Order: sequence, then C-alpha cells, then structure tokens
Amino acid sequence: MEGQRYVVFLFPSVSYALKAEKILKAAGIAHKLIPVPRHISSDCGVCLRTAEDRQQDVERELLGKVEWDMVVLL
Amino acid sequence: MPLDPLNNPIIYFDNAATSWPKPAAMMAAMINYNEMIGGSPGRSGHQRSLDAGRIILETREALAELFGCDDSLRIAFTKNATEALNIALSGILNPGDHVITSSMEHNSVMRPLRYLESQGVQLSVVSCSGDGRLDPADVLAAIRPHTRLLVVTHASNVTGTIQPIADLGKIARSHGILFCVDAAQTGGALPINVDEMAVDLLAFSGHKSLFGPQGTGGLYVREGLEKQLRPLMMGGTGSRSEFEGQPDFMPDKFESGTPNTIGLAGLGAGVRFVLAEGVEAIRCKEEHLTSRFIEGIAALPGVTVYGPPDAASRTAVVSFNIAGVSPSEAALELDERFGILCRPGLHCAPTAHRTIGTFSHGTIRFGFGYFNKDEEISLALKAIQYLAGGDTAKQENAD
Repeated sequence: MEGQRYVVFLFPSVSYALKAEKILKAAGIAHKLIPVPRHISSDCGVCLRTAEDRQQDVERELLGKVEWDMVVLL
Repeated sequence: MPLDPLNNPIIYFDNAATSWPKPAAMMAAMINYNEMIGGSPGRSGHQRSLDAGRIILETREALAELFGCDDSLRIAFTKNATEALNIALSGILNPGDHVITSSMEHNSVMRPLRYLESQGVQLSVVSCSGDGRLDPADVLAAIRPHTRLLVVTHASNVTGTIQPIADLGKIARSHGILFCVDAAQTGGALPINVDEMAVDLLAFSGHKSLFGPQGTGGLYVREGLEKQLRPLMMGGTGSRSEFEGQPDFMPDKFESGTPNTIGLAGLGAGVRFVLAEGVEAIRCKEEHLTSRFIEGIAALPGVTVYGPPDAASRTAVVSFNIAGVSPSEAALELDERFGILCRPGLHCAPTAHRTIGTFSHGTIRFGFGYFNKDEEISLALKAIQYLAGGDTAKQENAD
C-alpha cells in the first residue's frame, strides 16, 4: 500500500511472537508474522509487523500479557 | 467392551499408569499435525513451522486455563512429570538447603530427593497416617530456618489419598518456602488453581487424566522463579541464536531441542476435551465408580482396602489385597481369567507402601478413568469375589 509505514515488534522467542499474534487477532488489529528483516538484530527469527499508526493500540493490547523486546520502524 | 487382539473383552483399570482409551480428538490432532503440518516449531519462519508453533501455543493456553494460570508461557513442556519434577528439585535445591516432603511420594520425587540428600541437601520426610493423609500441622512442625522447599504429591498413586494442597500452600507461602506439587495423578482429574493453592512449581503428566499421549508432561513455574531454577538440559531453543548462553526466560530456558510436537498436538486435544467435559463432571463420574467399587469390596470377606474409606477423599485409585493371594498372582488371574488389567506391586512408591503397611508385599491397584463403566465395576466385584473365594478358587486356579 503506497505510503503505508510499518513497525515491527521484536520478541525474545517465537512463543512470545505467536502469543502476541493470537492477542492481536482477537483484538482485530491487522498484523503479520514475518521473518526479521536483515538489517535488524533480534533474539528470534520472526517478528510481528503492524501499521505504524496502530503501534500504540498494539502496545496497549500486549501490555501485561506478553513481553516484547522492542519496536522498530521499518 | 473393548477387545484385546485375541478378541477377549478387556476392562482397563490401569489409568493411574496411563489413561486408555483416549478421546478420538487426540489421535485426530496427531494425524492432522503429521499429514498437514509437520514443521519444526520455533525454528524456521515458514508457514509450517509457524503452524507447528501455534499448535504448541494452543496446548499451553489450554493448560493455563485448566490450571488457573493467566500466562501460558509459564508452562514449559517436558517428556513426562518425572522430568518436570527433576527440573524443579535439582533446579532449585542447593547443598545446605532443607526440603520437606511426605511419606506418600512416588519415586519420581523420592529418588531425586535422596540423591540431593547425598549431595548435602537436608531432607525431612513427614509421616502420613495409615490411610495416607498428610497433616499440615506436621509439616508446620518440620519447618526450619533454612527450609527452602516443600514438595508434596497432590494425590497418592497407591491409595488415591488427596492431600490438603491449599492448606499446605498457605503454610509454605506464609513461611517464605517454595511449594512444589506433583500433579501427575490429578491434572485433569481434580480442580487445580495455582494461584488459589499458592503453588510455585506444578509438575504434570500429559498421558494420564489430561488424555494426551505418552511422551508429554510439563512444569508450571511461578513468575520470576525461573531466574533461580537451573535447567536439566541446555541447547538450541530457536531463540537468542547468536548467543551460546542458555536463555534465562520461560519457557525456552527449559525447552532445549526439538519438542515432541506431534505429542503436544495430541495433548492439546486431550486438555480441550477435559475443559469441554469439565473437571467437575469428570470428577463426579470417577468418584461414583470408585465409591461403588469401595462399597462393593468392603462387603467381601478376606479383602483389605487401603486409603481413606470415602471416595470423596481419594482420586479414582484403589489399592487392595486378597487374603491368601499375592498381588501378582491376583493380577495375572484378573488378566487371564477376567480380562481386567491392573497393576500389582509397589507402584514405584515404596515409601507409600511402608506408610500403609504393605511393604514389601505390595497391593493390587485399580485405577479407574472417565471412560470406565458401571458394568465394569460390577464385573470386577464378581471377579474379586471369585478370587477371594478360598478353596474353590484355588482348585480352579490349579486347572
């Protein structure tokens, strides 16, 4: 989508990424599990991509339920 | 009635060892994983790998729901409850620590503890009553300034005696002692809530009342405790791959190597079956079967039943003896003549048999399950009556 900017949430391991995926699916927030882009260093090989303008919504959904390491703008 | 390969009807009364039959969904889940998925969870990022990871997550979530835990990542999967107990005990205890346990424990608690004792851990084994009950007051009396851990079975695999876990949890928590519960016999069979019971470590078996396949089990670890808990194994976890140090977070710290994904797919289906039926409904049926059986054999001369007299105080496990017949002879006769499958002997719990006075003779153990039927209980009572019948029985045995 032209102009769409994404952020990726990085996690300690795939178990965390999958748990976050489940939470976002239930919350109806668009997301995709993708391999971590080459230029980003991460503890686990997959990360969760969401629209930049939904970052705060995602953080609110995940807070207290699943830990994430950091959020990186793509 | 199920048939064995020779077409003899069989009555499966060994659910305390492993449950059978399993709900149809268990095998369906395993076949589905094998045919449609097959990926290695948590390693590659492709669809099948992620799908495998999702299956395992769902199994974790179902167990978290069952045990009243709000974070499914607190649960690490192991190959059985024994491995989980070994992680808990060897992982937390150091030389100089004091640990308290009961005299009704399975060898999967006693053997690690005796080994740790030889390495400088102090061990107190609190005696239970003749019917297997642990009195919390006796545990209280055993506490010392350097007591680190209390480890107790939720229910005995020999007598079925249910221990007062919630009371013990309160005592442990109020004294700053960690509380480990061996739930091998009770996961799926009795209500368990790790918060209400103040449990810090819960070891569970996947292949008994959780209706998963053998090769599954796990350990719940209270938030934060994983930092002090040493793993039994270290290795590849699919996380922190640039580092050669073991991850220090749940569940990866205790899940090195490829998991038993197909088994965990089956376990997930088993746990969802338990949640759908409801632990209360399962308990109700098992208690009914146990109650009928206990009442029935109480009326038979020459038969001794061990453990609490009421079914409400025990899981669906009954140990008994028939006068003049050794447990192994009785079990063989029950198998060959009546198709009743059970376990004789010491049940990997010599200390429990010492407690109830059956060491080293042992007992016959029936372990009923959710899929057993009233008519099977009736048949079993007739069979035991026959075996207890004295001379007539012995003559026929000699044929």
